[in-house]
Amino acid sequence: MNKHLKMDRPATERFLDETAQNVLGTPMDRPDGPAKAAGQATYAHEWQIEGLCHGVLVRATIPAGRVARIDADAVTGRDGVLRVISDPRMLRVPAQGGANEAPDQGPDEVAYLGQPIALVVAETFEAARDGALALPVEYDPADFTVDPDAVEPEVPKKKQASQGDLEAAMREAAHSVDVTYTTPGHNSAAMEPHAAIAVWNGDDLLLRGSYQMLKYNRNELADAVGIDPAHVRILSPYVGGGFGSKLGITHEAVAAALASKELGRPVSVTLSRQQVFETTMRRSETRQRFRLACDAEGRMTAVGHEVLVSQLPGQQFSEPVTQATPFAYAGPNRVIGHRIARVNRTCAGSVRAPGEAVGITAMENAMDELAEAAGIDPVQFRILNIPEKDPTSGKPFSSHTLERALREGAERFGWSERRAPGQRREGDWLIGMGMASAIRVNILAEAKARVTLEPDGRVLVETDMTDIGTGTYSILTQVASETLGVSTDRVRVRLGDTDLPPGPGSGGSWGAASSGSAVYLAARAVRDRIAEAMGADEVTLKDGHAIAGNRRVDLAGLFDGPVTAEGHVEPGKTMKETRQSSFGAYFCEVAVNAVTGETRVRRMHGTFAAGRILNAKTASSQCLGGMTFGIGMALTEELLHDPRDGHIVNRDLAEYHLPVNADVPQIDVVLLEERDDYASPIQAKGIGELGICGAAGAVTNAIYNACGVRVRDYPATLDKVLAVLPD
Amino acid sequence: MRTELTINGATHALEADARTTLLDALRDHLGLTGSKKGCDHGQCGACTVIVNGRRINACLTLACMHDGDEIVTIEGLGTAEAPSEMQRAFVAHDGYQCGYCTPGQICSATAMLDEVAQGWPSHVSDDLTGEMDLSDAEISERMSGNLCRCAAYPNIVDAIRATARKEAAE
Ligand code: FES
Ligand code: FES
Repeated sequence: MNKHLKMDRPATERFLDETAQNVLGTPMDRPDGPAKAAGQATYAHEWQIEGLCHGVLVRATIPAGRVARIDADAVTGRDGVLRVISDPRMLRVPAQGGANEAPDQGPDEVAYLGQPIALVVAETFEAARDGALALPVEYDPADFTVDPDAVEPEVPKKKQASQGDLEAAMREAAHSVDVTYTTPGHNSAAMEPHAAIAVWNGDDLLLRGSYQMLKYNRNELADAVGIDPAHVRILSPYVGGGFGSKLGITHEAVAAALASKELGRPVSVTLSRQQVFETTMRRSETRQRFRLACDAEGRMTAVGHEVLVSQLPGQQFSEPVTQATPFAYAGPNRVIGHRIARVNRTCAGSVRAPGEAVGITAMENAMDELAEAAGIDPVQFRILNIPEKDPTSGKPFSSHTLERALREGAERFGWSERRAPGQRREGDWLIGMGMASAIRVNILAEAKARVTLEPDGRVLVETDMTDIGTGTYSILTQVASETLGVSTDRVRVRLGDTDLPPGPGSGGSWGAASSGSAVYLAARAVRDRIAEAMGADEVTLKDGHAIAGNRRVDLAGLFDGPVTAEGHVEPGKTMKETRQSSFGAYFCEVAVNAVTGETRVRRMHGTFAAGRILNAKTASSQCLGGMTFGIGMALTEELLHDPRDGHIVNRDLAEYHLPVNADVPQIDVVLLEERDDYASPIQAKGIGELGICGAAGAVTNAIYNACGVRVRDYPATLDKVLAVLPD
Repeated sequence: MRTELTINGATHALEADARTTLLDALRDHLGLTGSKKGCDHGQCGACTVIVNGRRINACLTLACMHDGDEIVTIEGLGTAEAPSEMQRAFVAHDGYQCGYCTPGQICSATAMLDEVAQGWPSHVSDDLTGEMDLSDAEISERMSGNLCRCAAYPNIVDAIRATARKEAAE
C-alpha cells in the first residue's frame, strides 16, 4: 500500500491542480505558530528532566599544536564541578552537511583557535562555566598559517573547467570587464545557539538537540560515540534557526552523550554565542576574479569566474562559489577556476546558500559593470543574455523564469525611474537604484513520510524531517489536507524524531519539495484505499468527505481502523537530463549619506519563482529572510580574523553586525505562479535560499547608482564608500 | 541563596547560586523556558521580560536582585489557547519563522506600546514632547534591540502596527 516514485519522467499529471480542498498554496497561518508565540514550543535546551547536570566546553587558546596536559584535579570537586571530560571521541570540527559519519575527532590535536578541547560538567551552569574558564591547560604549540593570501593554494583538478578561448574572446570583445571582488567570512548566527541534552537508558542514547538533518545526524552521532545507530534516537521538534550551521552534528552532541554515559546522569551542553562563532561552520571568505565580455550589441561572449576560498587542512568541503556560473548567462567562451588556501581558521562549511550567496552576488556586480560598459540598461542586459539552454552542458532548462521575474519585478518596483549615477539627491542623501538576478540550483532529495487516516477522519503525518523556521509543519499539513480533502485543522504533523520515516533534512532548499512529495505520495496511497472502499475508480475528497457518483460518505467511520501508507520519493532522470534552477530578481533603492558614507536601504523588492508555492505566507517569509541576509552581507556582516593567530575577533552579536529591524525596510516580495514538472511530483522547487542568492549585489549596485562608488570589497562600510565619494 | 520572585502574579521561592541570572533562573530553575537565550550578553533581546512594567534583558541581571519585583514573562502574556492580541498578531502576520526570538519580540513589543502611550520619544521621533505617532520607522527603531536572524522584521512591524491600531480603536 506504499507508494514509491523515482523522478524518471516529468510529472505532467498535475494532480494537485485537480483536487477540491483548495488549501495548497494559500497563506495559511503556521500550525506551530500559537505555541511559538506563547513560548510553549520547546527547543533543545528546554527539556525538563530530573537530575540534569550542565556541561561547558573549554576552548583551545592556541591556533595549532597538541594539548599536552589538562589539570582536571584543579577544578574537579570545586564548587559542584563533577568531572572534566577529555575524550578522544570528542569532535575537532562539526560534521559537514550530509556527512553521515563522524567528522574529525580527537580534540587533543588543535587545528584552530577556539576549538573545543574538553568539557567541564557541574551541578549548575554557573559552576561549569567557572570551571571551564579556570581549567589549567598546557600545550605543545605547532607551526600554523592563518592568512589565505600567504599560502600556495591547492588547485583541485575536478573543480576547474573551460571551453572555447576566453582570452581571445576578451581581446576581441567590443566591451569587457576584468574585475576582482572579495567577500568576507560569514556566520549563520541562528538565534538559538547549538544545544543538546543527552540521556542514556542502558545502551540506548536519547539526545534532544538542535539539528537540521536527523537521518544523517543519527549516523554521525552513533559513529562518533562508537555505537550502532539503532541505539541512537534524536529529537529536534523545534529548531531555532539553522542556516547550514546545524546540518551536521556539532561538538555539544558528542560531548553531552559521552559525559552522560560517564556520569550516568542526563547532561546538557549549550554553546555560548562566542563558541557558535568560533567552532561552528563559517562561510569562507572569497576572492573572485571575473572576466566578462560582450559584443557591440551586448551579447556575451566570455564568462570567466576564478575564485580563491579557504579551509582547514584535510577538509573536503570548499565553498562552491561558481556553482551557478556554468548556466547563469550565455557565452561560448568560459573558464571556471577554484583554488583552496589551507589555513588554521575555524572550519568552513555551509552558511545559507553555499555557493550562490557569494558567487551570484559578485557576478551580479560584475554584470552591472559590463552592462554599463556596453551602455545597456542592466535589466535589458540580463534579458539579452539569458541562455536558451545550459551553455556548459547543453541540457535544456526544466523551466526558466528569469525574464519574467526581471520584467515583472522592474515594473512593480518602478525601475524606469532610475537615473544615471549620482543624479538624485535629497539633502545630504544621494539616492540610487540597483538590481540583481536571483539564481539558485534546484535539488530533489530522497524522502520518506508516513500518512495515517485515523478512523475518526483525522490525519497524521510523520517524518523525521525538521522545521527550522522554514514552514515544514505548515506545508506538510497543506499537502496532506489537499490530497486527502480534509480540513487543515484535522491534520497533525509530527516531525523531528529519528524514529519516524527518514526525510531529506532541512538544507539546500530541498526540504519542502522533497518532503512534500513524500507526503503527497503517501496520501495518494491512502486515497487509493478510500476509492477502493467506495468501490469507485475516482473519488472527490473534500471537507472530510469522499464523493463518488452520487454518494457522499464521511471519512470518519469509513474504516474500522487506521489506514497507513508510506510515501517514498527519489530523484531520477529528470534531475540528470535537465538543468534545474529557481530564479528571481531583486530591486533596491538606497540612500547614501554624502557626508558620512552611510548607506540606508530605503526600498527593496524581490520577485521569485520556485515552481508550485505550497504556502504563500511561509514562502514569502523565506524570501524576506534571504534578502535581509543580503542586506547584512552588503553593509555590515564580516568575520574578522586576527592576523596573528587567525581567531575570530568579532565573535559575538555586538561585534558581528546582523541587520536589525531599523536596517530593514518593509521589503516587498512577489511569488510568481509556476509549475515545474521536472522538479518534483508536486511541481515545487526550493525557495529557502533563493532570496539571498544575489540580494547583496542589488544593494551595492544601488550604492554605485547613488554615488558612483563601486565597492568591490564587501561589506560596503562607511569607510570604503567615503574614501572614494566625490566631493 | 534564597530569593522570592513574583512571576506572572505567582510567587516562587528560588534557591540558587548568587551568580544565577534572572534568565537562567526562569529557564533552568523554574521551568519557564518561554524566555530564550540567544547570547547571554545583552546583545540580542531573545531574553526580554517585563520587570515592573519595563522591558529588560533577563540575561543581564541577576535573579537575586529581583526580590519583590513584578516580573512578567511570555507565559504571563497569554497561552497558545488564549493568546494576547500581540501574540495573535504575530501568528497572523508571520512575525517569526523559527520562533526562537519570538517570545522576546512579543514581550518587547508589548512593553514598547506602553512606552509610546506614555509619550517616550525615540531616536527617530520628530518631537520630544507631545503625542507620539507610531510610524513604521518608530516601530523599527524601538524594536531594534530584538534581533531576528530569520529576519521577520517587516512582518513584525506589521504585527505591531496592527495590534496598536486595534488597541487604539478599542
Ligand atoms: S540572551 Fe539576553 S540579550 Fe541575548
Ligand atoms: S524567528 Fe527565528 S530568529 Fe526570529
